[in-house]
Amino acid sequence: MSLIFEKSVPGRTGVSLPECDVPSDAYIPTEFSRQSDLDLCELSELDVVRHFTALSEKNFGVDTGFYPLGSCTMKYNPKILEEVAALPGFAELHPFLPQLRHGGMLTQGALLVLYELERLLCEITGMDAFTLQPLAGAHGELTGMMLIAAYHRDKGNTKSVVLIPDEAHGTNPSSAATAGYTTTPVPTDQETGVLDMAALESMVDDRTAAIMLTNPSTLGIFNGQIGKIAEIAHRHDALVYYDGANLNAVLGRFRPGDAGVDVMHVNLHKTFGTPHGSGGPGAGPVGVSSHLDPYLPVSRVVKRKDSTYTLDYDRSKSIGYIAPFYGNFAVCLKAYAYILLHGADGLREVSGNAVLNANYLMHALKTVYELPFDRTCMHEFVLSAREEAKAGVRAVDIAKGLIDEGFHPPTMYFPLIVKEALMIEPTETESKETLDCFIAAMKRIAAKVKDAPDSLHNAPCTTPVGRPDEVKAAKDMDLAYLAK
Amino acid sequence: MTPNDRKYTKTHEWIKMDGEVAVVGITDHAQENLGDVTFVELPEVGANVDKGDECAEIESVKAASDIYAPVAGEVAEVNEALEDAPELVNESPYEKGWIFKLKSIDSSELDALLDSAGYESVVEEEEE
Amino acid sequence: MSYIANTPAQQQEMLAACGAASVDDLFRDIPDDLAPSSFDLPRAKSELEVRGYFQSVASRNYSHLTNFLGGGFYDHFIPAAVDAIASRSEFVTAYTPYQPEVSQGTLQAIYEYQTQICRLTGMDAANASVYDGGTALYEACQMALHSVRKRNKIVMDSGVNPVYRKMLYSYTANLSIDFDEVPVTHGQSDRDRLFELLDENTAAVILQNPNFFGAVDDHSDIVDYCHERGILVIQSVYPIAMALVKPPGEMGVDIVTGEGQSLGIPLSFGGPYLGFMATTRKLVRRLPGRLAGRTTDVHGNESFVLTLQAREQHIRREKATSNICTNQALCALRANIYLSLLGKEGLKKVARLCHAKAHYAKERFKAIPGVTVKESSSTFNEFTIELPVDAEDVAGTMVERGIAPGLPLGQFYEGMGNYLLVAVTEKRTKYDIGTFAEALEDVLCR
Repeated sequence: MSLIFEKSVPGRTGVSLPECDVPSDAYIPTEFSRQSDLDLCELSELDVVRHFTALSEKNFGVDTGFYPLGSCTMKYNPKILEEVAALPGFAELHPFLPQLRHGGMLTQGALLVLYELERLLCEITGMDAFTLQPLAGAHGELTGMMLIAAYHRDKGNTKSVVLIPDEAHGTNPSSAATAGYTTTPVPTDQETGVLDMAALESMVDDRTAAIMLTNPSTLGIFNGQIGKIAEIAHRHDALVYYDGANLNAVLGRFRPGDAGVDVMHVNLHKTFGTPHGSGGPGAGPVGVSSHLDPYLPVSRVVKRKDSTYTLDYDRSKSIGYIAPFYGNFAVCLKAYAYILLHGADGLREVSGNAVLNANYLMHALKTVYELPFDRTCMHEFVLSAREEAKAGVRAVDIAKGLIDEGFHPPTMYFPLIVKEALMIEPTETESKETLDCFIAAMKRIAAKVKDAPDSLHNAPCTTPVGRPDEVKAAKDMDLAYLAK
Repeated sequence: MTPNDRKYTKTHEWIKMDGEVAVVGITDHAQENLGDVTFVELPEVGANVDKGDECAEIESVKAASDIYAPVAGEVAEVNEALEDAPELVNESPYEKGWIFKLKSIDSSELDALLDSAGYESVVEEEEE
Repeated sequence: MSYIANTPAQQQEMLAACGAASVDDLFRDIPDDLAPSSFDLPRAKSELEVRGYFQSVASRNYSHLTNFLGGGFYDHFIPAAVDAIASRSEFVTAYTPYQPEVSQGTLQAIYEYQTQICRLTGMDAANASVYDGGTALYEACQMALHSVRKRNKIVMDSGVNPVYRKMLYSYTANLSIDFDEVPVTHGQSDRDRLFELLDENTAAVILQNPNFFGAVDDHSDIVDYCHERGILVIQSVYPIAMALVKPPGEMGVDIVTGEGQSLGIPLSFGGPYLGFMATTRKLVRRLPGRLAGRTTDVHGNESFVLTLQAREQHIRREKATSNICTNQALCALRANIYLSLLGKEGLKKVARLCHAKAHYAKERFKAIPGVTVKESSSTFNEFTIELPVDAEDVAGTMVERGIAPGLPLGQFYEGMGNYLLVAVTEKRTKYDIGTFAEALEDVLCR
């Protein structure tokens, strides 16, 4: 399909703007003005609308079909959330407004949203305080690591190492490194699929700044030893960071704060139903226990005695600004609405059905594919296509085969500790009928592995394009449509 | 398959003396595991490196790996052909796909490295 | 309200298939002593109640003030088609385009967005975006430090958005990076003082154009001076201004960053926004985050795919170029649609309207006794005025009259307690500006 630039027709325009109602003799001196042609498109509104509508039709979203992408929690995003975020009282609000004198009074609605969402997240996770500022999950991890560094610096601790399980998301070591730490992987017990406690105990020492944990892990297994891990860490004044990527599985059934977790982040776009937007924006609020509260980024939203809200910048130990303002406010708004729609019972139903759907799929699929860790799973489970790979059909071929069956593929080749991994997370909003269709498709593919492997090697064949040449993409690096 | 005329590291580099300089590259096993190489970031000529320093980086579609200096020395030359043809690392890992040359090395450091049989057993262990 | 499809009967059937007695049974890995000590949330509300609640909460915000606030975040007109297209659920409810065959829409849109940013800034390559203009600037610093090895000092012009400078200090608190700042001038960057701060340990210089005070500049001479010394130049820019103002590509800048909020993204009380990043061919491999590339598929047809992913955190882990793993895809899509709709002439017209109206506002303010328009250089759509009294007081009073008059600068710059930073966009009318000027004159007379 042509690029938007290739559709351009000189002289066409797609927007009507008001005539200038002031004298327009102002000019920018030549030395400061643009000399090159502003080479943007020239199109009508209809040209543009048709172009992007056509692009949208080449996309697969949750609204298109089942999206069992492990570790991404692709649940249904209620439509009311979009309506709430689009209310002009929120969408048109300038972020500098509350920073004017008495400006807080002009933004009481927005400050209330921030304050109330922080409070709800505290209750849901058992943490003592939250900041909504982190702009994504990885940004939350980085903020958390910065808080940990501030804590240790303030106490005069010299610590340099963060311990991270080998099954963890790649962002964990990357975020710790970005905050200036070196990282050491902790092995997973190959029998049970949970963190090797003996290894961990031997690794924690006075250099350990923190342990980063994802629980349930990326294998979809809950580690009941988390309380003990926190004890071990705290003995050495190391802190426990909880990656809340998989919080959806334990809503109303486990609170990291109750287990001694010191810092955590929540992915609002996973657990609290805000849409993923083709890869963002999300939001990654960070919760802390009270001893880390002083280090939280500024500003903080405070409720005054008269029940009005204000922003507090006067926090001497704060790590400072990590975002320009108060976080991805529109995303926070949606998450707040999502929590209000569900209530406590609703959130427990979310986790209950997320876990039920995953176990139902796992039980049906383990008869056809290898399940390396055969135990009750939480919200997701990991299959291995190791045997199929020996027969020449790799995890990627199974994934592409699923596309031709009308499904979005699971996460492939992650976690790294499972060979030929296929990580499946159905989420709570999928119906039994959908799951049954998926099971049937996975069984058909298993049959094709034996009978018609080439149909999988050549998959997908129902999509606008086949498998792209990634080597060519990386070598040629055609990243923009520019005149040579 | 592993040439006998050079030494190896556990991190899959090979090093071969060529007169006064030592040539460094990655092994056939390493290129096989990386898959199609798409880019090689070469070290700066004249840079002094210690044994074990990360001095080049090699990228494929699925991985990015550091290349470590097998011995200490000064970078004498880099394989500029890789800038336009990184696939040489796949096609000819032991000859045309060399990565850089080191001078001013202490050739006794080479003795501590693996010979071809030693390297092959490292690879076998890894694959288990 | 619940979005769960399975009926209680279906849930029982599924439990039976799993060999579990109850849903709680599936959670037996959570030890009893880790059961929540509390889970006290408000009772669930219906969609109707939620709608009513948020309408009432939204009404407590003064979003209707006549807005002259800017400071890097602007109240621009957003064509209806931007919302209409960007709200299509195929874009909204998709994930990162890891499966290219079912994500060609997103991937082509990102490729087009990257192209739009390149054309706007005159640079060779852009990434798929990062969180915001501040994180973009931080990532640019990391790029520079990785490119210019063994140097760890960065010199910033104080005309760089103070919010971004604060963010940089926070992010680098645990890293061994030295920052130095060139004292502020309202007009162009102070060359002499900047050059004095550069030494053999300097990796990069950060500039902004137009700067925080709205002044435009040509940094070509600074770029030349820096390049002779192996120093990279990072420039943060305002995308709307690029239609008229000399773009970084014409100055030889190495890394360009900026806040893309002005490109069709609502103010939304601070986010989500759009951090754009662009660079030269030479540094393209150092660009962090996602990159969409054009290639061919197995049949030889044009297709798009995420590329250079081997440098990213999910593969490279602690050695990744950045810990960022998302882009602001939906915001980048909005920017792409916005720039497509406005196009070449539309964007120029928006920029000219902003510039002309700001110029008119300056003229109106010059006529007010006691007000000085700080005009040490040419400005685009934002400028500073010095008042005879504290700017925060004046702003507080103006707000009561329905006008958000601009940003008092005392909180950001020492000795600028009487300064107000005023932004004018194409949405403000001659009447708005007149009302502002009259109200200001009136307030100052009292």
